[in-house]
Amino acid sequence: MKILVGYKRVVDYNVRVQVKPDGSGVATDGVKLSANPFDDIALEEALRLREKGVAEEVVIVGIGPADLTAHLRNGLAMGANRAIHVTTDGAPQPLTAARTFLKLIEKESPDLVILGKQAIDDDANQTGQMLAALWGRPQATFASELAIADGKATVTREVDAGLETIEAELPAVITTDLRLNEPRFIKLPDIMKAKSKPIDVIEFDSLGVDSGDHLKTANYAPPPKRSKGEMVEDAAGLVAALKQKGLL
Amino acid sequence: MSKILVIAEHLDGKLNSATARVVSAAAAVGGDAIDVLVLGDAPDAIAAEAAKIEGVSRVLTVTRAENAHMLAATAAPQIAKAAEGYSHVFGPSTTTGKDLMPRVAALLGVAQVSDVMTVESSHVFTRPIYAGNAIVTVEAPTDHTVVATIRSASWKAADNGDSAAPVEALTLDIELPAHTRFVELKQDKSDRPDLQSAPRVVSGGRGVGSKENFDIIYKLADKLNAAVGASRAAVDAGYVPNDMQVGQTGKIIAPELYMAFGISGAIQHLTGIKDAGTIVAINKDADAPIFEIADIGLVGDLFKIIPEIEAALG
Repeated sequence: MKILVGYKRVVDYNVRVQVKPDGSGVATDGVKLSANPFDDIALEEALRLREKGVAEEVVIVGIGPADLTAHLRNGLAMGANRAIHVTTDGAPQPLTAARTFLKLIEKESPDLVILGKQAIDDDANQTGQMLAALWGRPQATFASELAIADGKATVTREVDAGLETIEAELPAVITTDLRLNEPRFIKLPDIMKAKSKPIDVIEFDSLGVDSGDHLKTANYAPPPKRSKGEMVEDAAGLVAALKQKGLL
Repeated sequence: MSKILVIAEHLDGKLNSATARVVSAAAAVGGDAIDVLVLGDAPDAIAAEAAKIEGVSRVLTVTRAENAHMLAATAAPQIAKAAEGYSHVFGPSTTTGKDLMPRVAALLGVAQVSDVMTVESSHVFTRPIYAGNAIVTVEAPTDHTVVATIRSASWKAADNGDSAAPVEALTLDIELPAHTRFVELKQDKSDRPDLQSAPRVVSGGRGVGSKENFDIIYKLADKLNAAVGASRAAVDAGYVPNDMQVGQTGKIIAPELYMAFGISGAIQHLTGIKDAGTIVAINKDADAPIFEIADIGLVGDLFKIIPEIEAALG
């Protein structure tokens, strides 16, 4: 079986992003970029399925500018068999990303697509669900446990009420939650090996994806600042301060 | 003019309070009608609850055996069909809404606005990105249905009105896929207030140290009639179940009082509590980032301070 894994590059999760003073965006020049943490979990899960003999091939997919190659090499060093790089200047919105994945699915016929539950830049949490809808296949979002057997995936999902288990016939789309696994570290020899692994480069425009029907972003603003708080000396001071605010 | 369809969220035969929050956002859009859609295998009692919410014009019910559990694969095609004639389809930004609504949007061929914080006009909304470190204003195309999820922490639940809206049964003539099946739901049963709607939340982090030590947090919470939350570190360490996690990847809450014990305040945690009324931080480390956003801070050992707080409360 073949697994496609979405592998987005985002501003590193440790960076506290700053909104540009003119409200045109967030400052990303010179800021550290990394794999979206949920995508590392997606790739790790695919690699474990390959190690268990469930899958034969793990293909990572990146959509973005030419310099995305280095990012995809990291995924190859982690263990993916090959990469597909869909080249485009802008950052596609989730609907366009889902439509792009659908075109790749038509070419690749995977049995499973694993994506992160959300990208930590746009925080949309949409692409996997949209892809499953367009593909007409099951979705299992927010997965924290995954088992594949007899042509179906049994997935435990992290939901507000607790843990829900569902069964989905393959092919299906799964999106990862944090607790699905602990992604492995990349070892130096694997970085060398990754250099010879293939990356298919596909022009976004050649796929014939409809990139219309989009949201327009008019303005970026910093979140409202909370006013400076006070420090209290002890528990009695704390309780007194809360009582004064009418909270106790 | 705007005609808005609100997707009701319910569990165990009861309407979830997130639904009334979505109605508030729908009311902010204004327009001609706010209809609530209840999908269920026995939706009547839930529909009766929804009908009481102030501002609701009609409640529509779809009764089907497939709707016993809200699976996106079976619910989304029904919602997409029911959405005909509506200018907006709104759902809650809960795990159920997040699972479901993008599937609806894709079936309708439109983009989705996730986590609506404010409604600027019928097609212009604000939403958080980068873990809440930036707020963007987005405009949806005016010639398509607007599909959006509503961020619960940003909206108060609409009150119940004096009269009940009419309830109508809807029959949707569509085949539903059988490729996705519900197996089970494991709930952590608790008598404590619900984390997402409680006015007071007491939360513990890695500093609590162990699963057993968390009892001190539960005890204080019970004394304050508060819900209990946790940081990702406390969940990952196995001190508490993951549905208690507060943050970008857990629950986003806006209680009147949030008390953080032994939580350093990573960006992803702060995202989950930024809209709380008053944030109290108790931490041994005077340099912990949580003190930057806390309204009241106290440096010290939580195991010494919690009993003192309890004593001071009497």
